[in-house]
Amino acid sequence: MNMTAQDDGYTTADGRKIGPVMMEMKNITLRFGGVKAITDISFDIREGEIRAIIGPNGAGKSSMLNVISGFYIPQEGEVWYKGARRPQMRPFEVARQGIARTFQNIALFEGMSVLDNVMTGRLNHMSTNLLQQGMWYGKAQKEEIANRETVERVIDFLEIQSIRKTPVSRLPYGLKKRVELARALAAEPTLLLLDEPMAGMNVEEKEDMSRFILDVNDEFGTTIALIEHDMGVVMDLSDRVVVMDYGKKIGDGTPDEVRSNQDVIDAYLGVAHD
Amino acid sequence: MAQSSEATGGLASVPALLQRNATEHAAKAAYREKEFGIWQTWSWAEAEKEVEAFALGLINLGVNAGDFVAIIGRNRPHFYWSMIAAQSVGAIPVPLYNDSSAEEMAYVMDHCGARFAVVEDQEQVDKVIEVQDNLHQFEHMIYLDPRGLRKYDHHKLHQFSHVQEQGRAARDEWIEDLKARRAKLTYDSTCVMLYTSGTTGKPKGVVLSNRNIIETAKASSSFDNLSAGEEILAYLPMAWVGDFIFSLGQALWTGFCVNCPESPETMMTDLREIGPTYYFAPPRVFENQLTSVMIRMEDASPFKKKLFDRAMAHARKVGPKLLDGKSVSLMDRLKYKFHDLTIFGPLKNTLGLSRVRVGYTAGEAIGPEIFAFYRSLGINLKQLYGQTEAGVFITQQPDGEVRDDTVGVPSPGVEVRIGDNGEVYYRSPGTFVEYYKNPESTADTKDAEGWVATGDAGFFEPDTGHLRIIDRAKDVGKMASGAMFAPKYVENKLKFYPSILEAVLFGNGREKCVAFINIDMSAVGNWAERNNIAYSSYQELAGHPQVLGEIQSHVEAVNASVAQDEMLSGCQIHRFLVLHKELDADDGEMTRTRKVRRRIIEEKYADLIAALYSDADEIATKTEVTYEDGRKGYISATLSLRNAAVVPVQTKQVAAE
Repeated sequence: MNMTAQDDGYTTADGRKIGPVMMEMKNITLRFGGVKAITDISFDIREGEIRAIIGPNGAGKSSMLNVISGFYIPQEGEVWYKGARRPQMRPFEVARQGIARTFQNIALFEGMSVLDNVMTGRLNHMSTNLLQQGMWYGKAQKEEIANRETVERVIDFLEIQSIRKTPVSRLPYGLKKRVELARALAAEPTLLLLDEPMAGMNVEEKEDMSRFILDVNDEFGTTIALIEHDMGVVMDLSDRVVVMDYGKKIGDGTPDEVRSNQDVIDAYLGVAHD
Repeated sequence: MAQSSEATGGLASVPALLQRNATEHAAKAAYREKEFGIWQTWSWAEAEKEVEAFALGLINLGVNAGDFVAIIGRNRPHFYWSMIAAQSVGAIPVPLYNDSSAEEMAYVMDHCGARFAVVEDQEQVDKVIEVQDNLHQFEHMIYLDPRGLRKYDHHKLHQFSHVQEQGRAARDEWIEDLKARRAKLTYDSTCVMLYTSGTTGKPKGVVLSNRNIIETAKASSSFDNLSAGEEILAYLPMAWVGDFIFSLGQALWTGFCVNCPESPETMMTDLREIGPTYYFAPPRVFENQLTSVMIRMEDASPFKKKLFDRAMAHARKVGPKLLDGKSVSLMDRLKYKFHDLTIFGPLKNTLGLSRVRVGYTAGEAIGPEIFAFYRSLGINLKQLYGQTEAGVFITQQPDGEVRDDTVGVPSPGVEVRIGDNGEVYYRSPGTFVEYYKNPESTADTKDAEGWVATGDAGFFEPDTGHLRIIDRAKDVGKMASGAMFAPKYVENKLKFYPSILEAVLFGNGREKCVAFINIDMSAVGNWAERNNIAYSSYQELAGHPQVLGEIQSHVEAVNASVAQDEMLSGCQIHRFLVLHKELDADDGEMTRTRKVRRRIIEEKYADLIAALYSDADEIATKTEVTYEDGRKGYISATLSLRNAAVVPVQTKQVAAE
């Protein structure tokens, strides 16, 4: 598994073809007033890859994901996407470029049903205006049926048929996480960002979620960037891992390389400060 | 016993019935499955095309007449088609329980020497791959759902739709072969092989011929006037004989529509959407439904609860009478009609039972209250008694003669007699051919004249002619005092309480009886919630003093009721404990159809039984548990042992001394 040199990608141990660089972060620095959340970080995400960003609490992982999704605008550095430098964009514009995400603290519409929540993921694929939707018959109807089909395929894929009509507020935490993933998938993204997809889950739920993440990558070829705390999960799932600590990048490579990196071990296990 | 296929108009096999339906009921819905939120329908003519394509594909893959084809998956039209396709090419379908572990599957597939398997998804593919090295005859696997299987080695792995495509492509080449194979099927050729769940020992392969299945389907369909207009929901395990008879035998014989749920979790929603007219469920399902209704009524406002209680009180009085066609006063009729419009109607609709014309329950005894509840709503729920070896039906209750404590009169064409030891014997056209590769067991079970021992002890009620089952004949024993020991009788009484899920009684050859009890997590959990009792696990809830107190009151009530019965008054429970884990099929404590395996429990928990027969107040124990994925772990607990009050009785034997 050799990924640095060639631009046309590499082949993973399990035989998946990883494509060329899809997104590249170049020397990103992000400040909130005097606080430096991210300091001069560069890394890339390749097509078809499962890329993890890990690090202890407060390392700046979520900030990094927010930079990718356009929620934060870094003071320094450039974001390159599909071979072009990305100008300053607002999150909805980023979403239209085919980047979808889930949130660390679930951000669903609690009062709405699972189906309606997942349907909102199709927003960028709808072209009818408010008036047409109000009339419904005709174009809006056709569009809704087409979108519903995509949504139903996602529901089937994530095995949430039994809660289709259930209001999200009534669901347990693990299922809410899955609904959030469903909404992100409904957007048919080329790059999927997952912010701690397994946080607060029990072992069984984690296993299910891992399987879904792998299946999404395998079935739709979606590139996935994820933040995760659970080291075991990260090492099993991802092709390459970026390790952050105090806003700096301290490691980047395959799970095995990262595991044997002294800086990473120090960051996780702690070192004696003299 | 000499029915020939003449009697069925030359329709000597299940594939022949399909051919008939494809012409006679061509455009009528045959199969429905909910996929992507929409009910997809296949007519009989379309189903026939699907089956043909798959059968041709099977020939193309090299399936020979006489081969065994394992079918592993939940109820889906494709699996019913696979079974008929296998029959069409002269092979024998062997449906397996899809929740069995890899070892259980290995045993069955090795025993029948299956060369092919049709499985549902990655989970099942993985299980078969895990064991296939030990299966010397096994060759090809066909899967339905391709998800996650892209990277697998596809030399001997095929997608269902691809097999069908290859079959269609090679139609010209193989169609004559297929027709010839289909024409060769007779009333005596094997229709299916089903493995018994095996309360004792290894599962046995029950060979059922086309005669068994078609004769049984014919007789039972006419018994209840089933027509092509019926709708059923196929949700019970495909490996179980009942599903085979209802969803395949009767469906093909009468041409009614088989509906498959979207997923096991959506079964209740799908039931409501389909509104079956013919419905089968084991007592457990009815029990769970009733429990959830009652829990919701407990949580409802006092006004609503009062309305419900009043309507139900009236329903209990007149509902069963109306169903049995007995005379009811006009006023009562009107009142019932009113409640039906306002309360029962919507309730039945919620339960998905609005359209049920014939409902059956079997497998275990059903609680009188549960049975009465459904009957009083106007649902024609009846009981039947049967087993795999009989092709289900031995006895069933005719309309208008329904009782909660009997299992009815012999089904059409079935002869039943009671042996000298009280065991029930039967003989019928549905009686199985043999146990596969097991002539000794076949000879033990079925005698030269075709009488089959059921293993159940029972008797005919003299005045009604209805059969009553007491217990498994081998479980019926004697206590040290000489009194009769019939554990099931007492256990059933216990299980009729919503808070008790399972009970196991011990006492054969002993002075007195003791019992293990499993609480029902949903009922007791809800009760705990309403009473502000905090708990974090099953184990904690099961050990809670208030729960134990509640269970004790039930045990004592059961003792009082058992004491009424002269024959069985010795079976009162002197001491009991509430188990720290649920009895589970994964641990081998129950069969896959959730019947208690008495011997295994007796061995596994010998320490607990010994403690119950000692004077100890509590016991510390450690139990091995198996997780769904086959890993093992331990749970340890300290269980309190409780004494229950018994009603003193003078048994006849004691009095005689």
